[in-house]
Amino acid sequence: MEVIKSLEKDRSNLIKAIQMVQEEYGYISDKSIENISEYFGIPTVEVEGVLSFYAQFKRTAPGEYKIAVCDGTACHIKGSSRVKNWLVEDLGIDDGETTEDGLFSMETVACLGCCSLAPVVSINGKVYGKLDREKLLKIIDDYRNRGEN
Amino acid sequence: MIERIKVGMASCGIAAGADEVKDFLDQKLKDREDIEILEVGCIGHCYAEPLVEVETESGSVFFENVEPTEEYLDKILEIDKESTMSFRDERTGREHLKVTKLAGRIDPVSLQEYIENGGYESLKKVAKMSPDKIVEEVKTSGLRGRGGGGFPTGLKWSFLASKEADKKILICNADEGDPGAFMDRSMMESVPHQVIEGMLIAALATGSNELFIYARAEYPLAVKNMNIAIEQVYDSDINVFDGETIDVTVKEGAGAFVCGEETAMIHSLEGNRGNPRYRPPYPTDEGYKGHPTLINNVETFANVPIIFEEGGEKYAELGTENSKGTKLFALAGDLKYAGLVEVPMGLTIGEVVYDMGGAERGEVKAVQIGGPSGGCIPAKHFDVPIDYDSLESLGAIMGSGGLIVIGSGRCMVETARYFLEFTTKESCGKCTFCRIGTKRMLETLERITSGEGTLEDIDFLEDLGPKVIDASLCGLGQTAPNPVLSTLRYFKDEYLAHVEDKHCPALQCNDLVDIYLDQEICIECGQCIKNCPVDAISDDFVVDNETCTRCNTCIEVCPVDAISRVKRGDTNE
Repeated sequence: MEVIKSLEKDRSNLIKAIQMVQEEYGYISDKSIENISEYFGIPTVEVEGVLSFYAQFKRTAPGEYKIAVCDGTACHIKGSSRVKNWLVEDLGIDDGETTEDGLFSMETVACLGCCSLAPVVSINGKVYGKLDREKLLKIIDDYRNRGEN
Repeated sequence: MIERIKVGMASCGIAAGADEVKDFLDQKLKDREDIEILEVGCIGHCYAEPLVEVETESGSVFFENVEPTEEYLDKILEIDKESTMSFRDERTGREHLKVTKLAGRIDPVSLQEYIENGGYESLKKVAKMSPDKIVEEVKTSGLRGRGGGGFPTGLKWSFLASKEADKKILICNADEGDPGAFMDRSMMESVPHQVIEGMLIAALATGSNELFIYARAEYPLAVKNMNIAIEQVYDSDINVFDGETIDVTVKEGAGAFVCGEETAMIHSLEGNRGNPRYRPPYPTDEGYKGHPTLINNVETFANVPIIFEEGGEKYAELGTENSKGTKLFALAGDLKYAGLVEVPMGLTIGEVVYDMGGAERGEVKAVQIGGPSGGCIPAKHFDVPIDYDSLESLGAIMGSGGLIVIGSGRCMVETARYFLEFTTKESCGKCTFCRIGTKRMLETLERITSGEGTLEDIDFLEDLGPKVIDASLCGLGQTAPNPVLSTLRYFKDEYLAHVEDKHCPALQCNDLVDIYLDQEICIECGQCIKNCPVDAISDDFVVDNETCTRCNTCIEVCPVDAISRVKRGDTNE
């Protein structure tokens, strides 16, 4: 596997390898697991077992537009759970999932540090604040149209 | 004359906008070759970030809350200037800067500056000493582990030193995962060389030849600075003794709180799931890949060069009988001056919270010390000195140094629920009582904060808590119930109010609170109606508590304080 070939084939480098693969592809696919398993000569279930233990690793491909719903204290009391529900209804995906067309993925995150703008989401790092349903759906629509063009 | 301008650029400074300030200064002063602009670490006064220090021939001048504007630039460049930042005597009179004396004062990634300020002198001294003598000196100093447990460092070192093995491993525990704690991050970002020097001294004392720093992946700047410092150490052969190189490597964690536990950390380093295991065998007998292994915390290692700089006996002069030296605390919560403080052991909690932190007397209910593993200490016990044994007698622990001030407006049941939610998520699942017991405790607390709790629920918590402690293998499960048990011990009346009267005395638990708009006071300006995110306020200024999400926006925007949180059902008075 190209990305990890600089690593010594020692089990202690397994987590580092998974980190490098995720850095490169944004997530860990079934194929990546097979490749890592082959590289280190350890069973695929063990690779899967290790990566599923750590919160950092993702098993689904992120969408082209990565939506992070802030659930920090300030956003939480300003209704972040409602914000999330609006997205669930509109996109048909839940926390940690990606739409079938690969356009959007969504995850809840701890705090984006923009508490004065609560509730906020970020899309590919750009923060949108003081959201209501209408405003949020319009933002999503704008991205969707961008994707089509 | 201005010699140097230093911008505090640890993570907290950057979050406050130090990046923009530095860029602005760089750009504006690019023609001034006489002025050097320097990125430094954290001096611990987080409330004042972004923070700029101007070094002149006659001493330093400090500027707080600096903005990237011409106005601030003029202030900074004025020759006869005064600091806009005053270091309050209440704080400076009590702190004792030893471990952090260089933090924020030197360029973190300049080996030369560290050496000019006495860095690596202790290592030179130690290189001429026998391993026994080094361990003896650390024992004399009375240093105890700063990660929370408080195990005597010299004794731990002697266990590893006495082992006969070709390979011995030393690990620096930098997996600082407690919400609200940032001592280790700050040290690694600000004085990475000091941490490495401490590790190399420990390596010489114990005969270790492979050194790891296990750092949180969430600390990118700390990892970066440590790696730069390590490279400099290799380039200058600082880690070579009698022709033998001691290897130092940073390993990044992958987001699991339990990996702060030593056996879990070793498993993680080996490339496994971070499950802890039963001890014995202790890591000093059988650790990383079976080799004898010693784990100390970042702050513990950062203390080591100080011991050899001033001598173990001198070091032990500061502090109390069984707790020597200083302790770093990350002060946060309901207080005026949040930040990182270094205080001598034995100072009282009150001095730290009220005098140094600027919290209002009478407005503080308790402190949570030691994060999710610690306990709360009520204000009536604030005269207790900060040392390992006194804190333990109150049902709390020293912990790694997180100190969260809980103001009178906060609900203790909710606070306990918050910490337990954290540990429940982070339980690795190996021990039944930790995996399921913490979950059941969390559900019980959720019932109580939503007004559906019963007296049996309180009994259940008091019964299950100690069982989780007894039946868990590692520190995570053994301490997870502490926030619940200590709030039950000191604030049972709050639990009873939630259960018996369906009332949250702090008016924090949303399910037990209504929003009341007092029409006698209201001036009908309409701000509340305009700002309500869910249209819960009618045109004739009545709050519909069914629709309301208790977000407090109306209370914040009301110019005449006509809106308040009240006990649920008390809206008709």
